[in-house]
Amino acid sequence: MKYLDEFRDPQQASKVLSRIGNLVREIDRPLRVMEVCGGHTHAIFRYGIENLLPEGLELVHGPGCPVCVLPMGRVDDCVAVAAQPGVIFTTFGDAMRVPGSRKSLLQARAEGADVRMVYSPMDALALARDNPGREVVFFALGFETTMPSTALTVLQAEADGIGNFSVLCNHITIVPTIKAILDSPDQQLDGFLGPGHVSMVIGTAPYEFIARHYRKPLVVAGFEPLDVLQSLWMVLAQLSEGRCEIENQYARIVAQGGNAAALQALAQVYELREFFEWRGLGSIDHSGVRLRGRYARFDAERKFALPNVRIADPKACQCGEVLKGVIKPRQCKLFGTACTPQTPVGALMVSSEGACAAYYQYGRAA
Amino acid sequence: MNDRASRSVTLAHGGGGRAMKDLVDEVFVAAFQNEFLSPLEDQARLPLNGERLAFTTDSYVVDPLFFPGGDIGKLAVCGTVNDLAVGGALPLYLSCAVILEEGVRVELLQRVAASMARTAQAAGVQIVTGDTKVVPRGACDKLFITTTGIGMMRPGFEPGAHRALPGDVVLVNGVLGDHGAAILCARGDMALDTPIESDCAPLNGLIGALLAAAPGIRFMRDATRGGAATVLNEVAAASGVAIELDEARLPMREEVKAFCEILGLDPLYLANEGRVVVIAPAREADAAFAAMRAHPLGAGAAAIGRVTSGEPGRVVLRTLVGGRRLVDMLVGEQLPRIC
Repeated sequence: MKYLDEFRDPQQASKVLSRIGNLVREIDRPLRVMEVCGGHTHAIFRYGIENLLPEGLELVHGPGCPVCVLPMGRVDDCVAVAAQPGVIFTTFGDAMRVPGSRKSLLQARAEGADVRMVYSPMDALALARDNPGREVVFFALGFETTMPSTALTVLQAEADGIGNFSVLCNHITIVPTIKAILDSPDQQLDGFLGPGHVSMVIGTAPYEFIARHYRKPLVVAGFEPLDVLQSLWMVLAQLSEGRCEIENQYARIVAQGGNAAALQALAQVYELREFFEWRGLGSIDHSGVRLRGRYARFDAERKFALPNVRIADPKACQCGEVLKGVIKPRQCKLFGTACTPQTPVGALMVSSEGACAAYYQYGRAA
Repeated sequence: MNDRASRSVTLAHGGGGRAMKDLVDEVFVAAFQNEFLSPLEDQARLPLNGERLAFTTDSYVVDPLFFPGGDIGKLAVCGTVNDLAVGGALPLYLSCAVILEEGVRVELLQRVAASMARTAQAAGVQIVTGDTKVVPRGACDKLFITTTGIGMMRPGFEPGAHRALPGDVVLVNGVLGDHGAAILCARGDMALDTPIESDCAPLNGLIGALLAAAPGIRFMRDATRGGAATVLNEVAAASGVAIELDEARLPMREEVKAFCEILGLDPLYLANEGRVVVIAPAREADAAFAAMRAHPLGAGAAAIGRVTSGEPGRVVLRTLVGGRRLVDMLVGEQLPRIC
């Protein structure tokens, strides 16, 4: 495939790997780099990148998997809404498998709820148009990558005067969470691979505090194997030269200022919540958004009475420590025994972008 | 935890992966257990008056009924013919049982029946018995078909999932994932327009040519639900060997690759309906490859990997950039990723 094969070239990969090896030797201390985004985690495992890296360089798989960090109570809310008579409940594919305290949306569907997979919120809006007698609810989740499409759908629903469409908004924002990780006393990170598609929307400026205040380099990275390797090399080059900067490896997609039209839609439709609960990490201030009052009639939280019960993460679960890089997935007591992709206990086992699921699915061969 | 709390069947149990295997083991294998069932091949092999019969059955519930490259009728014949052929049998006779939803058009049934007849003729089998049931609207989705097939085992030939040995070569007869991608596109949920057609085809001719050229073939299976990855996991487990695949050698149509890239799907797990995974001893690998290449349904054949003495039960992929990753059984159905 044009524009993809070039970024999977084995000769180029081995060149970059040898440069990475040189820098790791030169820096000469154990290095930990966190890839923030679940898409990177997936690519790293999909291409077996981790076991190509030299000893002394460890990747820490960050919290950027929106499916994984969804708390169980939120899934319970979804299941409750989906069970209401007349509701068509729609969401993205891999959100359907996330376990709630009693069941997932897939299980709710098996028990009779009308739960449908859509590829875009616009598909959900089309369903609402085609089914005027039903209430179509779109379970919106994801970081800034998917936020604009939800926002534009709400604006479209308003423009078209569609009354039987609402959004159960679970969009979250990554920057406060990176800050929470950096503030945590047990983190041991040397630098970051920044999320590519989030940055396509928000640009690179929101990360500046990481370099300035926390003195850690961050390189916004693409999702192909060579993107990941080159970005790692760029982080290491900064470390070896004693620099802490925000750099952009994914310049073919990410503009420094982000996407103005998308940012405008976000500002128009959403407001920050005071705090939002993350599975595995707990409550993080200003890390989630909800619809502004003007769009209340499209807000499923206001339209339906939600159980809104906070379900604590299982006690034995060590997702938080994995997320901060304190332990590796297989050091968790539950990994591969009580907690598997089939019966996930912790957040990180839920989606293929979660670190534990990726280790389980791809990594045991290493 | 969740699985135990909720004991109803979900669509994941039909995905051809681990969830389905667990359900089949727990319910049906436990209830029916006998020596002919227990190998859990695609067909049972039954002694009868000094001959050996191959016997198989399969139900077809594909949605939509008509899709690029095929339809439910063609699929119902090919699937059952292939389940016989991959056991090394010569497929002979098929049954055809249909469950019809009230309201389905007779003209539609005629098109499906004509397609079945055409496919059976092409495969050299006859449909010799059948059954028809009608259920009220909503009790099934338009049309479900079950075909059962019998064939004769070739004498002295006993391929099996337990027979792979280190050094053997893994071959496939063409590009992977076409059927699964074609069906997903045809359903229209993805709003993606592609020219991808199902690979649906009867493989008994190809397999006949293959076995004539390479009689030492250890194992064959059509890579249907769960795709090539699931088949290879079953072989690795049953034979107590490891299998190493080479990503650069996996044959895949550009359109299917792109489709999977967009949706975050892995083509190794997509269904095929005209692809056979073959394990050949190294000494016969070239002959097997050449025989497949010489057949119209094997023009895209490729050697995709090797059986090794690595950790038993493991299927490992050597990735394009030289990394290695595990190719596990799928847990449930493959779901498109969020972003």
